[in-house]
Amino acid sequence: MKRLLLMALWLLPSMQLCAAPVRIGSKQFTESVILAEIARLNARDTGVQVQHQRELGGTSILWSALKHGDIDVYSEYTGTLTHELLKDVAPDADIATLRAKLKPLGIGLTDSLGFNDTYAVGMREDRATQLGITRISDLATHPELRFGFSNEFMDREDGWPGVRQRYGLPQTQVRGLDHSLSYRAVASRAVDAIDLYSTDAEIAYYHLRVLDDDRRYFPRYEAVFLYRLELEQNQPAFIAALRKLTGRIDEASMRQMNAEAKLKGIKETEVAARFLGVQSDGDDASLGSRLLKRTIEHVKLVILSLGLAVVLAIPLGILAARRKRLGQIVIGLTGILQTVPSLAMFVFMIPLFGIGTWPAIVALFLYSLLPIVRNTYTGLVGIPHDLLESAAALGLPSSVRLRRVELPMAMRSILAGIKTAAVINVGTATLAALIGAGGYGQPILTGIRLDNIGLILEGAVPAALLALIVQGVFEGVERWLTPYGLRIEARQ
Amino acid sequence: MDTALSAVDAPAAAFALEHVSKRYGAVRALQDVSFAVAPGSTAALIGSSGSGKSTVLRLLLGLDWPDEGEVKTEGCALERSQVLALRQRVGYVIQEGGLFPHLTVLGNLALLPRHLGWSAERIRQRAEELADLAHLPHNVLERYPAELSGGQRQRVALMRGLMLNPDALLLDEPLGALDPIVRHELQDELKLIFDQLGKTVIVVTHDLAEAAWFAERLILLREGRVVQDGRLDDLRDRPVDAFVSRFVEAQRRLPEPSA
Repeated sequence: MKRLLLMALWLLPSMQLCAAPVRIGSKQFTESVILAEIARLNARDTGVQVQHQRELGGTSILWSALKHGDIDVYSEYTGTLTHELLKDVAPDADIATLRAKLKPLGIGLTDSLGFNDTYAVGMREDRATQLGITRISDLATHPELRFGFSNEFMDREDGWPGVRQRYGLPQTQVRGLDHSLSYRAVASRAVDAIDLYSTDAEIAYYHLRVLDDDRRYFPRYEAVFLYRLELEQNQPAFIAALRKLTGRIDEASMRQMNAEAKLKGIKETEVAARFLGVQSDGDDASLGSRLLKRTIEHVKLVILSLGLAVVLAIPLGILAARRKRLGQIVIGLTGILQTVPSLAMFVFMIPLFGIGTWPAIVALFLYSLLPIVRNTYTGLVGIPHDLLESAAALGLPSSVRLRRVELPMAMRSILAGIKTAAVINVGTATLAALIGAGGYGQPILTGIRLDNIGLILEGAVPAALLALIVQGVFEGVERWLTPYGLRIEARQ
Repeated sequence: MDTALSAVDAPAAAFALEHVSKRYGAVRALQDVSFAVAPGSTAALIGSSGSGKSTVLRLLLGLDWPDEGEVKTEGCALERSQVLALRQRVGYVIQEGGLFPHLTVLGNLALLPRHLGWSAERIRQRAEELADLAHLPHNVLERYPAELSGGQRQRVALMRGLMLNPDALLLDEPLGALDPIVRHELQDELKLIFDQLGKTVIVVTHDLAEAAWFAERLILLREGRVVQDGRLDDLRDRPVDAFVSRFVEAQRRLPEPSA
């Protein structure tokens, strides 16, 4: 049985490979999504099967997904390659050098798409004028300023740590923010300066001043596509189409496209189609069919992970109740799993299982273990000792005692554990969208990125309703499966 | 002590302890206890709480094992591989019945016979026979333990012990949780049932009057040792020590059973 499961886990991703459409990934920000859509629509018209796995996460997730072959293509920036992803590369290495460095990894690189999306530091125009700040080096004389930087910028070697060192910046109030929230933070004066990308649409919208990088700290961030080299053999038409995009997108058009998607709320597909001058095939699906698709994805995640958890956790709970010392270890271990932050749990799955539905199911499965193991254990050890001894004294073998006496008496507690796990799973599964598993988390992620409350609600409301339905269904199941004798006993 | 020794020698003793000692941590539950009960006879184990009475029953059923000495059933030393078979031949009834709350009365009675492959029909027939014996109406079979009175629960526990028509019954304070009137009623009925069935019976109780009502043979335990093993007359008129006198005195303040 176990072997079958493992085989199923192994086969599922590889079966997808057999159908072999080209999988384009995108990071969780608008520009990356638009570029992926441009690549997709551009290849679509050459007859190649392409799919876009949207908003998978940050750089590290996309990079490892590409290396592991979970995706085939994504857009990246040369500065990220030189400073983050590759070792022993000069900070100003040219594309040919990078290409040579990537080749041993089985990864190819296009020429620049035509724009440089470098990091920059920005402030409100009025605030900057008031303080007389035009250059990054001017910040050094204002230690009281509060900075809000995207989490990635905070951690990257070519981000805040490097800027701070190069310019000798004294500020101590530096907070990590989601990049899409940082504009609102600076606009509402919650912080004084934020990091920007030079093609961000919001720079003009929020009247921000881009501070001059007077010591030339930030490297060039030429936009390129990274792809798996095997595509050159397997999908030559796709690679040819991809190469045709190089040099075609300048900074102004990119900023324009970002503004259309982010500020005017036009769908990325539509934006990409307009740029290419082709017909959009956007997800013009109705709200109903979108919801249905996501509901199916979400329920699949919850049911499969919960099912696997029940199959493993109940025997573990029984074992824990039978062997006290082993039990403490089992409950301790599943407890530790529970303390892993859910976001981290999903990200941990990527190096182990890649991205998509199965890694998400594994993460949710691990989360479901504790409530079920613990409640099975509690239910079993809560059975009065004289009843256990009565059952033994009847002359029933221990397997029969377990099936006929102990499990039925613990049923209520076990079901409560399964219910807890299910409700938690419905909520946690919204994070599965981060690793490409879809579900209700997808519109929430997109909504946060686009600052679109409607889209957020499109994921959050069904998720909340599903949690309530699951709760209701389990209460029904509980009533149905709890032996009548235990219910009337509880009433007395 | 003579009766006890001659009983040990009898080859066909239904149950026997030979020089049995048992500890639970620092507590000495039993120390060098020996006695034997002949088939078809009734014996009562009496003593204060903590004297080791219940431990004796648990050892006889293989629910626990002695540290020293030997437990014998039908003349053979009890082995771990035989305990399930032994338990199926012995009915065991505990204080408050030990009925499973998630099963109906019939479900409780059916547990073991169903495991042994009895048909539903045979199980119901036997259950109804026993309901008649225990003076319970047949519709009780469909009820759950929580819907029964204390006395009814105890009768059902006895029925469960008798389902397979076992050779012996072990009862651990079977009437301990009942109010005096019900208790008195059930004492009468149990006595009749014991006489009627002619099984080996060992009753554990702390009540001398009740013990003497059920059994001619009384085995008095104190702090894990057998103090005196004999008839009520022996304990009353020929106590081996001051403790026996005190135990009998203490009980005498209760009304005499109408034996």
